[in-house]
Amino acid sequence: MERTAIRRRLMWQVATVTDVRRETETARTIVLDVPDWPGHLAGQHLDVRLTAEDGYRASRSYSIASAWPGSDSGSTIELTVERLPDGEVSPYLVDVLKAGDPLEIRGPVGGWFVWKPEQEGPVQLIGGGSGVVPLRAMLRAHAAAGSTTPMRLLYSVRRPDAVIYVSDLKELAGSDDVDVRLVYTREAPAGEPRVGRIDAETIAQHAFKPADGATTYVCGPTPFVEAVADLLVAAGHDPAQVRTERFG
Amino acid sequence: MGIVSPGFGGRRRGGAELPPGQYLTREFPVLSAGPTPQIRTEHWEFTVTTETGERYKWDWAALTALPAEEITKDIHCVTRWSKLQTTWKGVSLDTLLEDVETGADFAMAHSYGGYTTNLPLEDLLDGQSWIAYEYDGEPLDPEHGGPARLLVPHLYFWKSAKWVRGLVLSDTEDLGFWETAGYHEYGDPWKEQRYAGD
Repeated sequence: MERTAIRRRLMWQVATVTDVRRETETARTIVLDVPDWPGHLAGQHLDVRLTAEDGYRASRSYSIASAWPGSDSGSTIELTVERLPDGEVSPYLVDVLKAGDPLEIRGPVGGWFVWKPEQEGPVQLIGGGSGVVPLRAMLRAHAAAGSTTPMRLLYSVRRPDAVIYVSDLKELAGSDDVDVRLVYTREAPAGEPRVGRIDAETIAQHAFKPADGATTYVCGPTPFVEAVADLLVAAGHDPAQVRTERFG
Repeated sequence: MGIVSPGFGGRRRGGAELPPGQYLTREFPVLSAGPTPQIRTEHWEFTVTTETGERYKWDWAALTALPAEEITKDIHCVTRWSKLQTTWKGVSLDTLLEDVETGADFAMAHSYGGYTTNLPLEDLLDGQSWIAYEYDGEPLDPEHGGPARLLVPHLYFWKSAKWVRGLVLSDTEDLGFWETAGYHEYGDPWKEQRYAGD
């Protein structure tokens, strides 16, 4: 497996929320200004720490949604957070936090589930639900670097109103080197008759072939990632070329 | 104590029995860097290679013929979930390393699929670690590292290498997969050693 040397002490720092953007009923993008952000690779995550008035603290990790440096200028990074029904931190981030608020963060973290523009070969992204967040960072990094390496996104969502980054994905899909394919599991928009999970046929039809030598990134809830990774391996993809990130 | 987030109350899902920054789960989350390897027990083997290159090897029959222990321990994942009183069955590393001649200080665990993680050898001895092949009375599920995984419950769970296939002992400390990617080289949950330098 590839080695990436990123070893330095990570310090907590205070970012400022400059904007919040509703993506879906349950997900929101938080734009942060981070004065001392060291930069990050697409696919990395950071820790967010909340402190209650009595000193009680809770921290969680979130994937970074923006590329660095990217079209997002200056010292700005974006997180997209989905509200979990039983969540402790996510309801605060999705429903309470507002522009102007400070937020403690620490990162970036992770050196495996990342894409670098200098990496060779095509890239297959497969996301389920909010698993699209780090993949969106990779798409943005691809655009920001002007990369011509082919990049495909297979994005599994329940229904049209659950699609995160709708306008962003439309814009990205306009590029010659990027292909965006949505798979609806519960309800499809008009003109898109197929409803169902990503299966062997979807993979065969829309993903790169094993011989294409693509690096594949799969992110989403555990059952989704397990199923997709198994399908890829069964279709003949080299397991060493399949990187996964699972939510809980 | 850092900044206060106005309006944040928190659920306080932790507790005195949990290391700092952890919350309790009843689920068993799955975290791995790649697809789940499917390893048949008839092809499984476990090797210990010493610092002098000596190799010791066990196949599935040899492992399961060794005295096994029932283990009940709390486990703590660096992604912040903790699970209390998990029950396992497996062979103590004390048993496996009993006849291994070594003066090494460090071990690198190697897994099917290419994963690695480094540990001080002394953290694997004295009843602190096992090669576990049952969870909750059932054969260990491939998602959770079956047929067999390393179990080192006193460290963050990424040290408990899934699909373990061997240990390489060494006089020097090298870094494993997540450690190279910015995680702490030791990983004590009670000291919150999550990332390099913590």
